[in-house]
Amino acid sequence: MSIEVLDPGLLTTVQDLGRAGYERHGIPPAGAADPYALRLGNLLLGNDEGEAGLEVTLLGPTLRFEEDCWIAITGADLGARVNGVEAPVWETVPVGAGDRLSFGTPKKGVRAYLTVAGGVDVSRVLSSRSTYLRAKLGGLDGRALKAGDRVGIRAASARHRRLPAEFVPAYGSAPLRVILGPQEGRFTREGIHTFLSSTYQVRPDSDRMGVRLQGPRIDHVGEADIISEPVCTGAIQVPASGQPIVLLVDRQTTGGYAKIGAVISADLPRLGQAMPGDRLTFAACSLEEAHGLLREREAGVSELKRIIEAGGLDCRRTLQVSTSAHTYTVEITTAAAKRVCVRVDGTAYDVTVEAQNAWAPPDSGEEG
Amino acid sequence: MRGHDADEFHFRPMGDRGLLIEFEESISPEIHRKVRALSQAIEGAGIVGAREVIPAYRSMLVNYDPRETSMDDLCLRIRELETKPDELDVSKSRRVRVPVCYGGDLGPDLTYVARQNGLTEDDVVAIHSGATYLVYMVGFLPGFPYLGGMSDKIATPRLQEPRTRTPAGSVGIAGAQTGIYPIESPGGWRIIGRTPIELFVAHEVPPARLLMGDYVEFVPISPSEFEEIRAGVERGRPGGCTQEAREH
Repeated sequence: MSIEVLDPGLLTTVQDLGRAGYERHGIPPAGAADPYALRLGNLLLGNDEGEAGLEVTLLGPTLRFEEDCWIAITGADLGARVNGVEAPVWETVPVGAGDRLSFGTPKKGVRAYLTVAGGVDVSRVLSSRSTYLRAKLGGLDGRALKAGDRVGIRAASARHRRLPAEFVPAYGSAPLRVILGPQEGRFTREGIHTFLSSTYQVRPDSDRMGVRLQGPRIDHVGEADIISEPVCTGAIQVPASGQPIVLLVDRQTTGGYAKIGAVISADLPRLGQAMPGDRLTFAACSLEEAHGLLREREAGVSELKRIIEAGGLDCRRTLQVSTSAHTYTVEITTAAAKRVCVRVDGTAYDVTVEAQNAWAPPDSGEEG
Repeated sequence: MRGHDADEFHFRPMGDRGLLIEFEESISPEIHRKVRALSQAIEGAGIVGAREVIPAYRSMLVNYDPRETSMDDLCLRIRELETKPDELDVSKSRRVRVPVCYGGDLGPDLTYVARQNGLTEDDVVAIHSGATYLVYMVGFLPGFPYLGGMSDKIATPRLQEPRTRTPAGSVGIAGAQTGIYPIESPGGWRIIGRTPIELFVAHEVPPARLLMGDYVEFVPISPSEFEEIRAGVERGRPGGCTQEAREH
């Protein structure tokens, strides 16, 4: 099974949750810049949360599905459409063979995730399917998708599920919370105050390596250079120019600029959705608070997994339908793009949609 | 030695999942050995909640899962570890010769580095290729070796604003450090030359050709020799000089 790429969009890459364990060889984690969105898409589909999907950037691709399958679109709302009709986000969607997924005008955020029941099937390189473009590693031949590509997917069934609103990230414009350091001592008091009280605009040359910011200059005590040391995703480097760079997933593994702080794990998904022109602010946060927020989010994910396993998110409609003789309990669920499962008093019927016609209900219908 | 003196190294948080362990703020073979010894000890200890250990010049990052350990507990466990920097297995250290074409289009900052240090370009090449360098760590980019042992006579600060593109193979200077870009990348190093050999090959194990603890020598080559070796690499004869002189 595969998906055919008709138009690759601006930058569409295969990503999973990244490549752990190779930073000592200089190999960054890569992976989804908004990992929370990828995880939720996978969970809705019944996948393992770390399955690979497609990371779609701002101007999305046009894709054609070669077989029936289930998909989910999470993260940024980039105006996804199936056969020209607006597709829901944060919800599983059945698509049929020949259906086209396209994207229109970006509405919110910069990176959307297309996950597929079964997962995107490319070879693992150094234990991950994530694409690291700079070293041409992982994904589809280490590069972004291009027209004519066929992206393999593993076949799997799924159910129609919608993510409850409380799990949908707000993204929004609240300050990004940071743990100050490790080199906060390399900055003047005014420099740290400037960083925490100013607004920084995302520059257009930002990418998966780093979110480059423009704003009031952050002053150092002495030089900006340090003896190169390891860095982390979310670390905020301030080179001699005084303009901060927040490192993202394709970042270097070590760096030689003083770091004023690092964005906390709970706020990394929002960082991954920062769009050129967006205005960012930062707030200091304690380690205890950051760990509390992380535990809270992970507890939420665990709870979501339990709800999904218990069938709590399965979308179905149950009707009581009465004829003169009898009242039936009818349960309707979407089984695939053109298949509906109808259960009448416990007996299941698979209904295949061969043609869709407009239908006007009779004025006084007793039958449903 | 059992445990560590409180002042031998210290801890700082890096974000909410990273513990930075810092030794003395300088670059030396002695500190390098301490970093290697402690990073091996942490990896060998199987500390609950500890994840990847990333060693560097005079520090290392220990990633941890805050759901399994607190930073304080992690620090306590690391303080207790026994390490023996003098018993490090150094038999795997190799001597690797890296051909470099200095100056011209391949080394656009050679003139600046010479002028900054009151030297001729030939002086810079002689000093840079006259030393043996220790691979203190690999980082920044896949397979990028941070080399120690460069003469202060050619030390030059980084660019104020990093370049958006530095070609693969570029040999650069940043402060008192020298290194080689294994892949094309943005970066702030002063570029003095380029090597035609490949330092990172994704599907080899390990993918990085230079490893922490290796010794490196630069061998000046002419532009025509550069082209010759480059052509060989592109025909699938990888490595240039790197495979030749291995010794302990």
